[in-house]
Amino acid sequence: MPLAARRIALGIFGIVLVAFPFVDPNNAHVDFLANAGAFILLALGLNIVVGFAGLLDLGYAAFFAIGSYSYAMLASQQFGVHIPFWLMLLIAPAIAAIFGILLGAPTLRLRGDYLAIVTLGFGEIVPQTFLNLSQYTNGPNGISSLDQPSIFGRPFGFSATPYYFVLLGLILIAIVVARNLENSRLGRAWMAIREDELAARHMGINTTTTKLAAFALGASFSGLAGVAYAAKLDLVSPDQFQFNVSVLVLSMLVLGGMGNIWGVIVGSFVLSFVNSFLLPQSTSLAHSLGFADLDFTNYRFMLYGVILVAMMLFRPEGLIPSRQRAAELHTAPPSAEAPA
Amino acid sequence: MNLLRLSNLRKTFGGLVAINDLSFALDAGSIVAMIGPNGAGKSTVFNLITGIYAPTSGTIELSGKSVGGLATNKITALGVARTFQNIRLFAYMSALDNVMTGAHVRMHANMFASLLHTPGQRAEERRVRERARELLRFCGLDGDASNYARNLPYGNQRRLEIARALASDPALLLLDEPAAGMNPREKEDLIRLVARIRETGVTVFLIEHDMNLVMQISERITVLDHGEKIAEGTPDAVRNDEAVIEAYLGRTDGAA
Repeated sequence: MPLAARRIALGIFGIVLVAFPFVDPNNAHVDFLANAGAFILLALGLNIVVGFAGLLDLGYAAFFAIGSYSYAMLASQQFGVHIPFWLMLLIAPAIAAIFGILLGAPTLRLRGDYLAIVTLGFGEIVPQTFLNLSQYTNGPNGISSLDQPSIFGRPFGFSATPYYFVLLGLILIAIVVARNLENSRLGRAWMAIREDELAARHMGINTTTTKLAAFALGASFSGLAGVAYAAKLDLVSPDQFQFNVSVLVLSMLVLGGMGNIWGVIVGSFVLSFVNSFLLPQSTSLAHSLGFADLDFTNYRFMLYGVILVAMMLFRPEGLIPSRQRAAELHTAPPSAEAPA
Repeated sequence: MNLLRLSNLRKTFGGLVAINDLSFALDAGSIVAMIGPNGAGKSTVFNLITGIYAPTSGTIELSGKSVGGLATNKITALGVARTFQNIRLFAYMSALDNVMTGAHVRMHANMFASLLHTPGQRAEERRVRERARELLRFCGLDGDASNYARNLPYGNQRRLEIARALASDPALLLLDEPAAGMNPREKEDLIRLVARIRETGVTVFLIEHDMNLVMQISERITVLDHGEKIAEGTPDAVRNDEAVIEAYLGRTDGAA
């Protein structure tokens, strides 16, 4: 599509997004979109780590948990600390980024499978820690009655609409940041590490700090998502951040197209839609048609599995692939050997 | 002063002595070749210079500064760039991005500048992109800027590695078998390219098996065998050196 047409299409899409809560005041729909927004934010963050820098992270939900618990502990009755929501949108990503560096540092020498296993471990440790530190976190009950955000003195209330707009804004920022990073010194350094770490070092790239920057920035996105999600749900508990969340976000990347920002957004939207809209809706439809035993939501993981396998078979580069991934997956591996 | 000086350099891998008591120096502005049979330790010397390996003993000095065992990225910052025996381009990045990545070490945009695209960052990007295009032209790759590195013809990939290396503004360029796999015409181009690189003030140190090319191109030659220097001198001197002939062709005593 030519640039002008793209801009117009994007502009129209933007207007539709802003107008949506007013045109369709059904709170359930807006609520769904706001939740989907949190996952889009998560996927955009994971895309920096996995898509750009090529570091397979299977414990990404840990940073989502850290972002959510930051809000729950620093903006509730829990400790009597009440930092405003808007300030937490700056603090929580910073906290998540610090943990991104802490958890990233031990994995720097690992690649591929080994990195995936260690990050998987961290993904288990973090929610478990929140579960066990029950004197601070109320253990399995989690922390509830979080401070309600307010804007110009008006609290958000129980409508999903204000959260919808917060997430829309955050996603917009995340897109700009991700695109800027992609076309920058740091973005090229990430891709160089992804392609050939040894050669990257010969370019003068400090692979340690460059990888840590990917972990930190990726984590900070999920810190943002965590704050918005916690405030919206008004509850934070360890079971929201299990391994399946990490897998879900990774599936969004695989479905949409790893490395491509628009692909990642489409992938997260589609899976969110299936997850929180299509399956519950079709279940209630089945119930109303008299199939009282059917519950499609129980088939959620089977469906993810089918989607992933189907994608790997038919379109491994994702729905909207990045140029690199498409080329990588549809050509023979590069031969480094010299013809004799 | 010598640009590069190796003194009593030794590298062992377990019981294997890869480099033994190697000393030699390289003058700024020269083109020097290192030759030797397969397994003589030539690439190991490059890996020691670029910090892939730390020397077991001995010193490596760059313009008088000891650099032995320094991290690879720091050695690049000090002005050493290299190409690889087996091409190691960033396969799924465009030729232009490969060269721009080569300039990484001479760029200043930090994480926040990269994230925000500050005016300074944008000016730097423009400058580096322009310079990368120049280098592509310099290496005869004008038409390939937007192609993936892996899609380039073999000879162009070799030259793209050189362009990428030059992007870091090196004082010393290490070329590891630059002519491997090239046809005669590509070799001719390469010889001219290396000469032009030297004219820009870059010292070239190359490993090469093609004797014709080595004899044409280099002012001095160092010969390595079993990790030790067995000869050093001008191409003519090396060509007629008994020890060199023996290393390459075997002993000629007895019957001859």
